[in-house]
Amino acid sequence: MNDGETLMRKVDLSVTPLRDLNQDLHRQSSGANEKNWEVLNPMGFHAIAVGVDAPIEIDIRGSVGYYCAGMNKQATITVHGSAGPGVAENMMSGKVRITGDASQYAGATGRGGLLVIDGNAASRCGVSMKGIDIVVKGNIGHMSAFMAQSGHLVVLGDAGDALGDSIYEAKLFVRGSVKSLGADCIEKEMRPEHHDELGKLLETAGVSDVKTSEFKRYGSARKLYSFNIDNADAY
Amino acid sequence: MTYHNPPTTPRKSATFDDYALSEIRRAAHTGIYDIRGGGAKRRVPHFDDLLFLGASISRYPLEGYREKCTTSVTLGTRFAKKPIELKIPITIAGMSFGALSANAKEALGRGASIAGTSTTTGDGGMTPEERGQSKTLVYQYLPSRYGMNPDDLRKADAIEVVVGQGAKPGGGGMLLGQKISDRVAEMRNLPKGIDQRSACRHPDWTGPDDLEIKIQEIREITDWEKPIYVKIGGTRPYYDAALAVKAGADVIVLDGMQGGTAATQEVFIEHVGLPTLACIRPAVQALQDLGMHRKVQLIVSGGIRNGADVAKALALGADAVAIGIAALAALGDNDPAHEADYQALGTTAGAYDDWHEGKDPVGITTQDPELMSRLDPVRGGRRLANYLKVMALEVQTIARACGHNHIHNLEPEDLVALTVESAAMARVPLAGTSWIPGQGQGGF
Repeated sequence: MNDGETLMRKVDLSVTPLRDLNQDLHRQSSGANEKNWEVLNPMGFHAIAVGVDAPIEIDIRGSVGYYCAGMNKQATITVHGSAGPGVAENMMSGKVRITGDASQYAGATGRGGLLVIDGNAASRCGVSMKGIDIVVKGNIGHMSAFMAQSGHLVVLGDAGDALGDSIYEAKLFVRGSVKSLGADCIEKEMRPEHHDELGKLLETAGVSDVKTSEFKRYGSARKLYSFNIDNADAY
Repeated sequence: MTYHNPPTTPRKSATFDDYALSEIRRAAHTGIYDIRGGGAKRRVPHFDDLLFLGASISRYPLEGYREKCTTSVTLGTRFAKKPIELKIPITIAGMSFGALSANAKEALGRGASIAGTSTTTGDGGMTPEERGQSKTLVYQYLPSRYGMNPDDLRKADAIEVVVGQGAKPGGGGMLLGQKISDRVAEMRNLPKGIDQRSACRHPDWTGPDDLEIKIQEIREITDWEKPIYVKIGGTRPYYDAALAVKAGADVIVLDGMQGGTAATQEVFIEHVGLPTLACIRPAVQALQDLGMHRKVQLIVSGGIRNGADVAKALALGADAVAIGIAALAALGDNDPAHEADYQALGTTAGAYDDWHEGKDPVGITTQDPELMSRLDPVRGGRRLANYLKVMALEVQTIARACGHNHIHNLEPEDLVALTVESAAMARVPLAGTSWIPGQGQGGF
């Protein structure tokens, strides 16, 4: 193999222990030449490809359990299947894509990067998000974006109950219906800068068949930022 | 001739005492519950209610200063590739940058390192000052995940998954707007000056089965190197300790209601949770029932003040203790030398607990640059190290007197209790009797 050529590593989790896979992934660095990884037979294992910190691409062929791609930095990770709870939790950067559905807490506390879910996401999608961008092509469940601090949550389908409860400065864009808004979350005007912002997010996520004008924007009313006894009924 | 009935002495209600009435007036005036720092102030059964028996004819003591009495402790021997070795069994509890100043955090790190023990981050992430000055640093993994990132996770020597704390088991954190400086706001990714609420539950797991998977994830991220602690508030210590073992903890941190917080509701601090003394034996029992005592280490905190408290906690089965309020006192918190400043804040030295207001005249619980500069981290660290070393000497003194060449050889048989309540909680005999109240009744 010539210098600069990249290797494809195949890891079969029916043979290789998960711990070996994750430790091998942790040994990758910016200069590593094993840039393309394929993980076979994930069999719903928890914590696959967690703590990766290298600009590599990982394709996981099948569905995964809890916390896949947790704390990801730099890597592009694609789950060709569905993901269990907490996919891409506390992600720092990089890109994670789920071709199927994601269970609860998808992208929880994420601080950066992009999480794309081709199917639906269950409850608490984007809970406590701190800068991550999440694009869900289907619907999201109840209590999504609870205490969301910053970043963007884009939903092409519908949102469940109590969207954005106790939200801080995260921005939510929903194309379908919202069953109900949580405490201190309100609908806000879609100004030109929001159309620009949303358009870029959709483009990055590979969504081209919808218009930004089809979305509504939601965010914080900022009424609960400082405690006031007369707001007690809101809690 | 006029007859006057003899007057009765004015009598205040024991139920509606001065404090209760002042709290009613305060609530009516402000419309907000009382928020304060610290732990439970009410009198509860505590280590003062226990005594060591010492050696006599049936046991012989060790010679003070001449015969060795070891104080070292190893934490995280169950699964971690790199367990923690401490010279003394007294650690510094988790306290956040945000609640505490950067200088205070640095002082804690310096003092702990000199004394050969660990310090712990808090709800706000890891600061370079603290990491730089702490030889052994435990990184807390909290529901808010403020400042959480994999780089700091890997820089830590151990990771403490915080489920609860003794001052407010079941409650989240609170950092009021006056302490949210630019730096604190940036670390927590929130607007400056707002009241910050930290969640009471973790955002991505609930229950012991999820916790087991969460611990597995943290171990995978850190290549199974670091000890994983699980911190619980004292509520149902038997079951919580058993479930922490089941979830895969290397170390359990158990915090009683005298353990401090930076800020929460007074009603929470004083009325929720168990006294530290009531927590230890059920937790140890759980470890023993599972065959895990001394394999999963137990750190006890909440009201530890001196070497006698440490020795009593160890005798009841703990492997180590953690201190928070006492460590701040060693740095100068509530020192009468600052009485004029405390008076100006409407309080007095020894009673100051409005840590959330950020006006601490000593420079510990503040983000005000002028106040913070009053605390010299080098001198503060030295004071803390002195205090830790004195406590270790005190534990050795007691252990030798009881005939033990390692502090972990202290045992319940070395203790008696002064009250029926403390005898029942500590499961040691009432002094002068062979009676241990509550034995045979079962239940926790």
